[in-house]
Amino acid sequence: MSRFVELDDVDLMYGGPDGTLALRGASLGVAQGEFLAVVGPSGCGKSSLMKLVTGLHPPSRGSVRVAGNQVDGPVKIAGMAFQNPIMLPWRTTIDNILLPLEIVQPHRRHFRARRKENEAAAEALLATVGLGGFGRKYPWQLSGGMQQRASLCRALIHQPELLMLDEPFAALDAFTREELWSVLQDLWLEKRFTVILVTHDLREAVYLADRVLVMSSRPGRIVAERRIELERPRSLARTFDPDFVAIVHELRDHISAVRQGEVS
Amino acid sequence: MSRTERLAPWLFTVAFFVVWEIGVRVLDIGTYILPPPSLVFEQSWVFRQALFRNSMQTLYTTLAGFGIAVVFGLALGIFIGWSKTIYNGLYPVMIGFNSVPKVAVVPVLVLWFGIGTVPAILTAFLISFFPIVVNVATGLATLEPELEDVLRALGAKKMDIMLKVGIPRSLPYFFGSLKVAITLAFVGSVVSETVAANSGVGHLMLIAQANSEVPLVFGGLLCLAVLGIVMYAVFALLEQRFTGWAFRGQDRRAA
Ligand SMILES: Nc1ncnc2c1ncn2[C@@H]1O[C@H](COP(=O)(O)OP(=O)(O)OP(=O)(O)O)[C@@H](O)[C@H]1O
Ligand SMILES: [Mg+2]
Repeated sequence: MSRFVELDDVDLMYGGPDGTLALRGASLGVAQGEFLAVVGPSGCGKSSLMKLVTGLHPPSRGSVRVAGNQVDGPVKIAGMAFQNPIMLPWRTTIDNILLPLEIVQPHRRHFRARRKENEAAAEALLATVGLGGFGRKYPWQLSGGMQQRASLCRALIHQPELLMLDEPFAALDAFTREELWSVLQDLWLEKRFTVILVTHDLREAVYLADRVLVMSSRPGRIVAERRIELERPRSLARTFDPDFVAIVHELRDHISAVRQGEVS
Repeated sequence: MSRTERLAPWLFTVAFFVVWEIGVRVLDIGTYILPPPSLVFEQSWVFRQALFRNSMQTLYTTLAGFGIAVVFGLALGIFIGWSKTIYNGLYPVMIGFNSVPKVAVVPVLVLWFGIGTVPAILTAFLISFFPIVVNVATGLATLEPELEDVLRALGAKKMDIMLKVGIPRSLPYFFGSLKVAITLAFVGSVVSETVAANSGVGHLMLIAQANSEVPLVFGGLLCLAVLGIVMYAVFALLEQRFTGWAFRGQDRRAA
């Protein structure tokens, strides 16, 4: 299987020779169009992993490859969304979502000429996340959950091949969160981009992912892998079925084992 | 805002002059110490041409110094805010410079440029320059790192990030600093005029005081007050106009 994203025995050290070792010997592969979830204890280097894959931070050792190329700078094909939606308050929601098109090629070249089409595309995307008609509002006129939906739209507007999500739903209430799981699953089933999702919520990981990786505590590396073979589309009701719950428990045991190791 | 709230500042201003007038008469304070406002207004009218001419001179030196400060302040602010490294290195230096009382350089400026307009402009510039630099640099340097990551992961250059995010984001800091800077520039030029000039309101007040024209001294003071308030108001309005989004949640009168 060809690897779309590949980390090979990677170390990541912050701040000089006696700084923090965030990752040690981390290896992973993600196939094109695969939905990968990464779970692990707090501070184990999950966000650092995202920085490596997107080329925002170089590895201290080992190699990172994306789409067949060695990563030696920002990859330029990734859409990102974080726990905090970070919308620009002086731009309307639509203009926030269009921001990537003002930067990334080839959209950038045609941005002015295709203004109308772009806005239509953004409106359509807003409608799919349940924000139809809110494009002209400013982000501070939206609730936190609505801003997070908009930030998902911003991550997807330029149709990235790689979507990087760092705990995007962590700050939301349970209902909104589960609703956005469905939204994300639908988008993914439709477009089949490659996704790496970092999360603390094991149900979220099992519900969304094809494969879940468990990381050790810092310095982080991959200690367990679980393929999720549940049929798609998955319904929220499915998350209460015994086989689903069993997988969640299995992952929870892995995390506890990792955290035990941390204490002793 | 209700009608009374809008009128309140005017009412207080009128009340202030009434209390002053009555106070001076009741306590029988000599006009050579504190003249009543009626006398101040009367003398100001008599000397209106001199007051106007010198006010314009002060306004000119203030705005000239302030204008230079805006240009250089913006440029240096953007330079310092451009990278975290420059910011961390130069910020303490800026704060250090800022704590030197700029008025103390007036004698040096006189030594270099002689008595007159130039030292007043330069003092106004020096004194109003730092708040602009510090604010612009801080606005740029405190950009959310996640947002920078989102843009960099798309292949954005530093220039893109500055134009799309950094500069718009630091505009409220910039306009906020203009309000402070214009007031400081005004202080700078009046101080410089008072000690080292042959025109301007500061100089006029000095002459009036030497001739014991006490009401005229207070007339000059009134002119300064009016000028100061007008300039502050203009820049407060500009700030509201251009960075209304930064005042979200507050009482948005414009909306
Ligand atoms: N820019 C940085 N400079 C120095 N150290 C850093 C930096 N970013 C992260 N670290 C350190 O690297 C380690 C891993 O951080 P990282 O943010 O990747 O963890 P995480 O798994 O995302 O944690 P969480 O689940 O809490 O988000 C932490 O110990 C952190 O202190
Ligand atoms: Mg993190």
